[in-house]
Amino acid sequence: MAYSDKLLDHFKNPRNVGTLDKSDENVGTGLVGAPECGDVMRLQIQVDPNTQQITDAKFKTFGCGSAIASSSLATEWLKGKTVDEALTIDNMAIVEELALPPVKIHCSVLAEDAIKDAIKDYRNKQDESETKEAIGEMAQAG
Amino acid sequence: MGQNQRLIYLDNNATTPTDPRVVEAMMPYFYEIPGNAASRNHPAGWKAEEAVDYAREQIATLIHADPREIIFTSGATEGDNLGIKGVFEMYSRKGNHIITAKTEHKAVLDTCDKIEKIGGEVTYLDVNREGLINLEELEAAITDKTILVSIMWANNETGVIQPMKEIGDICAKHGVLLMSDATQAVGKIPVDPRATGVHILAFTSHKMYGPKGVGALYVSRKSPRVKVTSQMDGGGHERGMRSGTLNVTGIVGFGKAAEIARKEMEQDAARLSKLRDKLETALVESLEEAYVNGSVESRMPHVTNISFKHVEGEGLMMTFNQDIAVSSGSACTSASLEPSYVLVALGLGDDLAHSSIRFSLGRFTTEEDIDRTIQKVRDGVNHMRDISPIWEMYKEGVDLDAIEWSAH
Repeated sequence: MAYSDKLLDHFKNPRNVGTLDKSDENVGTGLVGAPECGDVMRLQIQVDPNTQQITDAKFKTFGCGSAIASSSLATEWLKGKTVDEALTIDNMAIVEELALPPVKIHCSVLAEDAIKDAIKDYRNKQDESETKEAIGEMAQAG
Repeated sequence: MGQNQRLIYLDNNATTPTDPRVVEAMMPYFYEIPGNAASRNHPAGWKAEEAVDYAREQIATLIHADPREIIFTSGATEGDNLGIKGVFEMYSRKGNHIITAKTEHKAVLDTCDKIEKIGGEVTYLDVNREGLINLEELEAAITDKTILVSIMWANNETGVIQPMKEIGDICAKHGVLLMSDATQAVGKIPVDPRATGVHILAFTSHKMYGPKGVGALYVSRKSPRVKVTSQMDGGGHERGMRSGTLNVTGIVGFGKAAEIARKEMEQDAARLSKLRDKLETALVESLEEAYVNGSVESRMPHVTNISFKHVEGEGLMMTFNQDIAVSSGSACTSASLEPSYVLVALGLGDDLAHSSIRFSLGRFTTEEDIDRTIQKVRDGVNHMRDISPIWEMYKEGVDLDAIEWSAH
């Protein structure tokens, strides 16, 4: 199977490999896939709570070349987008950009899932901290 | 591939390069000697027939057989089909039960699947962690309906060699025919079907430095005289067991390859097992969490199958596949997310099966190839672990089995 130059570039020089502090309330972490299936993606976003803009994105992936390239590309696309904009990233855009062969489309689906999972985690954390603040205010008022 | 460096080919279990001496032997039979071996009325036909007879002898000599026991086929897949289906039809009055193992090649497993669909019964034996079948289980599985036991000589993925002599003794004791898919063994290690008690043996030219598209099925002619019902009907070639014009050029190459193998396999095996051990030791000792799959005692001299934990095999291969050709037990495609069924049958978890790489050395592998491979694979594993989330979690002491993964 011959891969596209873009895919090979992302595979050989993966962008934004790394780990963000998952206990930070402004960091959302998505972990999708399973070792038994041959791929696991962890994608993390750092969000500015005032602007809702994604200021940083990191990933680590266990998987084939297409899975690694898909997650590397996803982190590139995420940076600078707002959380709402990030939710519109579609797996087929990844398929097109990297020219993924049909048997590798599931890698792009996994990347989209990882993005959605990370955003969900971030929003859950925000809701929790708002709830905590609200409880704090009520306690003070009481 | 590096500019002046040739591809390091360590995928000899998939296919071997054709030995230049074999190519040379084949050349006259493309143009100068155009005959059909079945043409009895002119010199071109006679010469072709002579060449086929000579090759048949070369091949028979390699496995200590009578030339009349060699049936030419298109390859081992055809041989496996002809052996199993041919026995099933020929001995249908005696019974309908076949015994095989879970780690057999698909050419055997899918043929057995077909046998089940047409009224046969098949027992699939388990293997242990070493990849070996249990002889007591084999004996216990034999019934009065059993007509055939089919066990591969050496496994294509792990190189594990089954105890063929002991299997032969059990089959002889119960009067059951024994077939072996010896694709990976013939030409690499000594194979003597008669002395081993094997009645039908499938093998192929392109795994022993001969051309692709030609193989042979050994069918015992005496004590017992075995017959298989043809699966390809026509001109009645190969004593009626396999019709079709003989691939004269391919057969000549196959014969030459067999002759070279007979003379050189001992020294090849000694040299390759040293190189294989060097490769295996270097990788397993310098990398954490690297495990050899299958028996290391009962194994082909040129093969090692290693799992590098928390690294996916296909991704790992991509780090060095411009320079080194190997294969992996991980097939990460939407068609099949299943990892190697052979490794799973050995009891490996799916994760370790996905992390496996098979290195199969060959006659043209050099020590320099091995040194470069050690370096490239080591770098590849380290790189892939640097970007692997499960390696990071493992290093942090996270219990990966306790995580609820989202299977997809």
